[in-house]
Amino acid sequence: MSQIQDVELAQFGFSEPDIHRALGTIKVRDVDYADLYFESRVSESVSMEEGIVKRAAKSVSQGVGVRATAGEKTGFAYSDELSTKDLALAAETARYIANSPQGAQLVPAANRARPARDLYPADRPVTDIATAERVHLLNLIDAEARRYDPRIVNVMASFNLEYKRVLVATTDGLLIGDVQPLTRLQVTCIAEEKGNRQIGSFGGGGRVGFAYYQEQDRYAHYAREAARQAILNLSAVEAPAGVMPVVLAGGWPGILLHEAIGHGLEADFNRRKTSAFSNLLGKRVASDVCTIVDDGTIPFRRGSLNMDDEGTPTSKTVLIEKGILRGYITDRLNARLMGIPLTGNGRRESFQSVPLPRMTNTFMLAGESDPQDILRSVKRGLYAVSFGGGQVDITNGKFVFSASEAYLIEDGQVTRPVKGATLIGSGPDILTKVSMVGHDLKLDEGIGTCGKDGQSVPVGVGLPTIKIDEITVGGTQG
Amino acid sequence: MSGTLQTTQDLTQLAADLLARAKKQGATAADVVVADGETFSVQVRLSAVDRLTKAREKRLGLRVFIGKRSATASTSDFSGESLDRLVSDTCALASAVVEDRVSGLPDASAMAKDLPDLDLYDPTSLSTDQQIELAKRAESSALAMDPRITNSEGADFNSASGRVVLGNSHGFLGDYRSSTFSLSVSPVATDASSGGMQRDSWYAVQRKYGKLDSPESVGQEAARRTIRRLGARKVPTTKAPVVFDQEMAGSLLGHLCSAASGYALYKGASFLVGQLGQKLAPDCVTIYDDGRIPGGLGSRPFDGEGLPTRKTTVMDRGVLASYLLDSYSGRKLGLSSTGSASRGVGESPSVGPTNFYLVPGSTSPSDIIRSVKSGLYITELIGFGVNMVTGDYSRGAAGFWIENGELAYPVEEITIAGNLKRMFADIELVGSDLEFRGRIASPTIKIGEMTIAGN
Repeated sequence: MSQIQDVELAQFGFSEPDIHRALGTIKVRDVDYADLYFESRVSESVSMEEGIVKRAAKSVSQGVGVRATAGEKTGFAYSDELSTKDLALAAETARYIANSPQGAQLVPAANRARPARDLYPADRPVTDIATAERVHLLNLIDAEARRYDPRIVNVMASFNLEYKRVLVATTDGLLIGDVQPLTRLQVTCIAEEKGNRQIGSFGGGGRVGFAYYQEQDRYAHYAREAARQAILNLSAVEAPAGVMPVVLAGGWPGILLHEAIGHGLEADFNRRKTSAFSNLLGKRVASDVCTIVDDGTIPFRRGSLNMDDEGTPTSKTVLIEKGILRGYITDRLNARLMGIPLTGNGRRESFQSVPLPRMTNTFMLAGESDPQDILRSVKRGLYAVSFGGGQVDITNGKFVFSASEAYLIEDGQVTRPVKGATLIGSGPDILTKVSMVGHDLKLDEGIGTCGKDGQSVPVGVGLPTIKIDEITVGGTQG
Repeated sequence: MSGTLQTTQDLTQLAADLLARAKKQGATAADVVVADGETFSVQVRLSAVDRLTKAREKRLGLRVFIGKRSATASTSDFSGESLDRLVSDTCALASAVVEDRVSGLPDASAMAKDLPDLDLYDPTSLSTDQQIELAKRAESSALAMDPRITNSEGADFNSASGRVVLGNSHGFLGDYRSSTFSLSVSPVATDASSGGMQRDSWYAVQRKYGKLDSPESVGQEAARRTIRRLGARKVPTTKAPVVFDQEMAGSLLGHLCSAASGYALYKGASFLVGQLGQKLAPDCVTIYDDGRIPGGLGSRPFDGEGLPTRKTTVMDRGVLASYLLDSYSGRKLGLSSTGSASRGVGESPSVGPTNFYLVPGSTSPSDIIRSVKSGLYITELIGFGVNMVTGDYSRGAAGFWIENGELAYPVEEITIAGNLKRMFADIELVGSDLEFRGRIASPTIKIGEMTIAGN
C-alpha cells in the first residue's frame, strides 16, 4: 500500500509565487479569508443493458474555484482555464464583495501540508483497469441475475469511477492536497409475469478499486439482490395508509437520519435560524436510546475524506447523544460566524461550486435490543428493509423517505411484501418515538448521493434495526 | 471570464476539426457537441449581499462509431494535445464495447435543414450592482408584506447565456445561442402562537430580461405562499378528490413525460409500455411537446442529434398518440425519431421534453376548488415515491383542506398515494391557467380520488 500521492501545484500549471500573488490580490482590508481550490477529475463509466455492454464514456475536467469571505458575504468565481491571467481575473471577481480593494493584508507563505492519514490507500490508481475487464464483470452480472429467475427479462448494470485530485491554498497559509478515488457498481433488474412488470435495484461502492467488486463475489451478490427484489415485488400487495409502528432494518434505511436530523443540523441553516433545529442545542430531540454521529474518518467509505474541500481534516462529530442535541456540522464560514468548532464538513461538488456544510457518513450507534425481539414487539405495522430517496423541508422539519422493499408485520411476524410507500414525519419529533434500537449496526453498501443547493456529493448512512412507535405510512389501503 | 473569448465560427471550426481527426483515427461516423457560456448569480439575504458567483465555462464532447460500436468522451481542455488524447481515448473505448445492431447517427436525409431563429437569446447585460438591486427589491417586497415574515433564506438573481454547436460526419453543422434570466425569493414566516416556522418560495424565469415579472410581484407572491402555510396540521387518513396547483400538476406531467421516453419504453421500465393508441385519460387531456415555441424555455431549432425539432401530439383527447423518441430508441421500437434527443455534452443522446404541456381547459382554478365538497388542494410535493415501471405513486404533500368549495385550512405531514395510470384516467377537470415557467407546464387539474394518509 502506497502513501498518499502528493498533489503538486505544478500539475495545475502554477507555482507557489503564482498563488501567493492571487491570494494577495484578494486579501484586502474587508476580506476575512480567501481560498483557491484546484481540481482535476477523470470520470469513466461503462454500462450494459439487454445483455450487451453498449456504452462507454469518459470525461475529463479541471479548473480552479476562487473564494473570498467578508463577514457573511461570499465572493466566488471559477475558471476552467488554468492560466495566471484567468486566476488573476477570478481573484478580482471574488474580491468584489469587499467594499473597496484597499488595505492589502499580509498573506503568509504557503505551508505545504499533507493529510495526516490515508483513508483510501491503493496500490494502483483506480483508473488503472482495462475496459475489457469492466465489460467482462458486467457480463457476469447479467448472467447471474438471469440465472436467479427466468422471470428476469432485462438487466441493466453500470460501473462508474471517478479519480479526483484536489489542492486547497488558503490565506491562512495552508497548502494541502488529496487524491480521492470513488467507484460504484449498480444493478437494476426488470421482472415480468403475466403482464405484471416490477423493478429491483441494488449496488454498492466506496473509495475502493475495481478488485473490491470481485472480492467475496460482491458483484454476484448485487446481481442476485436486484433480481430478488424485482421478483419479490411481483407478489407485493397494496401498502397500508395511516399512522402505525414501523421497524427499519439496518444499513441503508439510515437515510431516515440523513433526512430527519442530518440536514437540519447543518450549520448554515442554524446560523440563519431557518432550521427546525435552530435553538435546540442541549435539548432533547430523540429518545435516550439514540446516539447519532457524523463520521468522515471510516476507511474506504463513500462518504469519507482525508480532508474536506477546505483542507480541514474530517472528524467524528456527535450530533445527538442519548437523545440530547450536541452539535452541528460546520464549514469554515459558518464555524467562524457562529463561534463553534470546525468539524471538517465543508464540502463542494466541484471547483464550480462553493463549499457548504455537508454530511459525510451519518449513522446511529448500536443499541442493546435483539432485532427479532424488536419485530416480535409489533402487533400490526410495517417492516421496511430498503429505500429509494428521501427529502426534507428544513424549515418546518417535515421529511419523507420512500420504501422500495417492505413487509407487513402481523402479530410479531413478518408476513406479506407490500408495494413501495412513502413515510412522512417531523424531524425534531420522530426520534423521540424510537423505542428500541438493535445491537446490529450496519453501514450502507455505498450508493448514497446527497443534493443541496444544486450540489451533489457522495455520502454514507447507517442504522441498527430500530422500532419507531408511530409514523405516517403513505400507502393506498386506508 | 477568460479574455480569450472564442467566436461561434471558432467553435464550429473546432467541431469540424475534431470530426476530421476522429475519421483519421478510424471512426466510421462521429458527432461533436461544443458548448460554452457565462453565468452570473447574486444571492442576497436580509438585504445584504450573501454570495456573488461569476463564471465562464466551456466543454466539448465527442461520440464516435467504429462500425456498430460506439463511445463518448468529453473535456474542458481545448488544447491540441488534449483533443488528440480525447479522440484516441474515445476510439479506444469504442473498440472495447460490444456491437450494437441499431446504433448509429440518424439518416443523413433527416438532418435539420432550416434552423429558424426561435428568439432564445437576449444580449441584455446587467451590471453586478443592478443584479444585486433586483434581488434586494424582490426580497424587501417579501419582508415588507407581513409582520409574520420574520426571516429569509434569501433572494437570487441569475443570468446566463451560452452557445451550442453540434456537428456530425453527415456534414451537419448547426449552432444556436440562448439566454435565461431568473429571480427567486424564499421567505420564512413564524407562527407567533406556536413558534413554528414555514418557508416557501416563488420565482420567475424568462429567456428575455424584459419579460421577467417585476421583483416586487415575485417577492409578494413568495410571501403570500409562505404566510398561508402557517398553522398547518395533519388530516385523518381518507380517500378524497385532489386538486393539483399549476406547479404540482406540472410534476405529474413530468412523470408522464419520463414514462413516454423511448429509452424507458424499450427497456420495459415504463408504465406506458404497449399503450400507444390506447385511451388513457378523458377527452379534456391533450398534451403537446413543442420544440419551436418562440422564446420557449425548452425551444431549440434542432435536437441533440441535429434533427429538426417539431410539435408532437403526445396525448390527443386522452389517447396516447406518440412516444418521445430519438433515433436510437425509435429504431429499438420500430418507430421514427420525434426530434426529442436531449444531449449532455459528452453523453450519448437520451430523450427529453422541449416545451411539454397540457392544453388548458375552460374552468378557472377557483371554480375547480369550488367543485370540491371535501378534498385536498396540493401546493407542495416532496420525495421520490414514484415507480415508473408500475406507475405506483406515493409522495409527501402539503397544501390546503377544501371544505364546501373553499380553502379551509393549511395541511402538512400527509402523503397522497395512487397509481399514475389511474390518476390520469381519473382527471375530472383541467384548468384555464396554463403558464410556462419551465420546460414542462400544466394548468391546475382535479383528480377524482386518491388515498390521503395522515393521522
